[in-house]
Amino acid sequence: MNKILLIIKREYLSRVKKRSFLLVTFLVPLVIIGIYALTIYLTARSFENNKATVHVVDQSGLFAGKIESTKNITFIPVKTAENTADERAHMLDGEGKNFLLIIPPDITTSSHAELIAKETASLTIQGDISRQLENVLRDIAFANAGIDRATVENIRPEVTISAKEITDEGEKDSSAGAAMGIAMSLSIVVYICLFLYGSQVMRGVIEEKNSRIVEVIISSVKPFQLMMGKIVGIGLVGLTQFILWIILSTTLVGVASAGLVDGEDIKTQIEQQQALSNGETQLAKPQMGMFGTVKQELNKVDFQAIITTFLLYFFGGYLLYSALFAAVGSAVDSETETQQFMFPITIPLLFTYILSFGVLVNDPNGPLAFWLSMIPFTSPIAMLVRIPFGVPGWQIGLSLLLLIGGFIFTTWVAARIYRVGILMYGKKASYKELVKWLRYKN
Amino acid sequence: MLEIRNIVKQYANHRALDDVSIQVEKGSIFGLLGPNGAGKTSLIRIINQITAPDSGEIYFDGERLNPSHIGRIGYLPEERGLYKKMEIGEQMLYLAQLKGLSRKEATERIKHWFEKMEMQSWWHKKVEDLSKGMQQKVQFVATVVHRPDLIILDEPFSGFDPVNVNIIKEEILSLNRSGATLIFSTHRMESVEELCDSIVLINKSKKILDGKLSDIKNVYRTNTYRIAHLPSPEPLLAVDGLFTIEDQVGTPEESTTLTVKIAQGKTINDVLMYLIPRVQIHELKEIIPSIHDIFVQQVTVQASYPLLKHTNEQDITHH
Repeated sequence: MNKILLIIKREYLSRVKKRSFLLVTFLVPLVIIGIYALTIYLTARSFENNKATVHVVDQSGLFAGKIESTKNITFIPVKTAENTADERAHMLDGEGKNFLLIIPPDITTSSHAELIAKETASLTIQGDISRQLENVLRDIAFANAGIDRATVENIRPEVTISAKEITDEGEKDSSAGAAMGIAMSLSIVVYICLFLYGSQVMRGVIEEKNSRIVEVIISSVKPFQLMMGKIVGIGLVGLTQFILWIILSTTLVGVASAGLVDGEDIKTQIEQQQALSNGETQLAKPQMGMFGTVKQELNKVDFQAIITTFLLYFFGGYLLYSALFAAVGSAVDSETETQQFMFPITIPLLFTYILSFGVLVNDPNGPLAFWLSMIPFTSPIAMLVRIPFGVPGWQIGLSLLLLIGGFIFTTWVAARIYRVGILMYGKKASYKELVKWLRYKN
Repeated sequence: MLEIRNIVKQYANHRALDDVSIQVEKGSIFGLLGPNGAGKTSLIRIINQITAPDSGEIYFDGERLNPSHIGRIGYLPEERGLYKKMEIGEQMLYLAQLKGLSRKEATERIKHWFEKMEMQSWWHKKVEDLSKGMQQKVQFVATVVHRPDLIILDEPFSGFDPVNVNIIKEEILSLNRSGATLIFSTHRMESVEELCDSIVLINKSKKILDGKLSDIKNVYRTNTYRIAHLPSPEPLLAVDGLFTIEDQVGTPEESTTLTVKIAQGKTINDVLMYLIPRVQIHELKEIIPSIHDIFVQQVTVQASYPLLKHTNEQDITHH
């Protein structure tokens, strides 16, 4: 037991001390921050870019004084008399973005206006203008039909649907949107990390086999101890990296959002955009804003449960797969030869990963999702996809038990291949030989 | 020290060891010889408990070989290597601790060995920065640092220059003097003659020869002597019933060295009595077969054995 600790310690320290580990550990949060900052910056920029001046040529005469300038768009009415080609061109030459809006006399029937500019107007500007025109036209239509606009606005029944699940603890809020997002990110993270750390195990085994040090070591410890020491050591490296990433990212994001940009400013801008895009309801009631919505949705998600199950399934899945990776490493002489053995390991993971996007998130409690989250080879991804949507406790328990069973099984198989493979130099094994190795007496 | 009884190791397609029994005396240097693929490495791995035999037992110091003996065995494999990116000092500590030493004890002993082998400056170097000979030296120290009672060396001199071969040889002898038993597997027959007390020869998974080096050489004596002399006035020829001439330098008239094989029942004294009146002798030496010759002879005889057997059978049917 003492020896296995020595091996774990060496595997762990030799990787954590590496410059590349430090680099990756600190660079990844920085990249995350960078993406975050860039998003904020670009969002802020896009609001500035939408400032425009629109010269309105109202040939119908219906809109005079009815179009209001907004924060981004300034409307300037143009007298029809001044409407010569030269003057039009002159108007477009002004500073900033200049547009010429031509409203034809038959706008009520044709529902069509033209926006002339040197560059095509952005969709946001086009949308804003068309909404303004629609509002005016609607008012006119209301008036023609003898309907009082205020009355219409007062008669506005609001029905909100709040999705609830019936659980043992009673009703509980559920949030399909946020759950889906979290489910997908979890499946990506687990998929990538299983491969990342699994292949580190494989490379470690190949290195020991190639440098022949393995023979010295297994004259001191059992091959099984060496294999398990390596798997656990690298697994701990993975956990260390996760924890550092979480700590660093949250701190940096906190600092960044406080320092880089005024968060409130962005929030109001986004709210405004939200309000504008909802056009006709803008007058009716105060909007919650996108941030608020997301926040409310996220509040419904049980993060503690997600992080706990994530760590359990990541570690379980890692143990299960890395044992297989170790077996592959022991059966070959160099990394280039691993291809043929990697295939069967990759398939169940890839299969679940692809299904998690198409099927599992849409039907997280269906029979396919259930079975995939029970089979140990697919459960690390499938169960994590289901978790944010809520999974009964007994299913998690059963699935974890099966995962532990699966891990014991793959470790047993891998250890039998490993103990023979690491001593076979200069020879690439075939599947037939691997089966033979399984049957060798100790 | 080590008693190997009827070891059989079967792999899928071939039998690596077939009923091999060997006795290694305490405090001896024991040569494990055999051509490539004879089963030496399989046997060494079984002694190191890297693999287990299909049948047969091994006794270590009177006890059935078990994992508690691991710390008392030092093993230098033929295919050797170290972690390339790990510092030498750390690496030695790691290997010594795996053999059961405490960190403190290991540090002291490694420092002692490094001083002895003039390797002090290597502690923080990485293996990839050392030459091959230097790496071998590090590996040798790693093999013996935990003061094993049994040291198994597989081709210990490969990769060393003559100066380092002598250093390692000296260390092997001094370890032996301080009580360690050595098993020594090599293809360099001259170092076997120089170092080994006893040998075993394995060929095609079977033990074909074992015993004390001197006994074996005695058995393979051919009663052949080389006699150097001044040119004789009369030609020297073979004498029926006394000796035959195996080799003669120069012509019968002007010979200077004579290699004679003495006939059965006669001794070298009889030959000398015949020669002394005829020629002036200034050197006499018995030609004892070298381990090299015995090795080659034994292995080739065995290789042609099935053929011989075949002809014998034919002879029997003819009669």
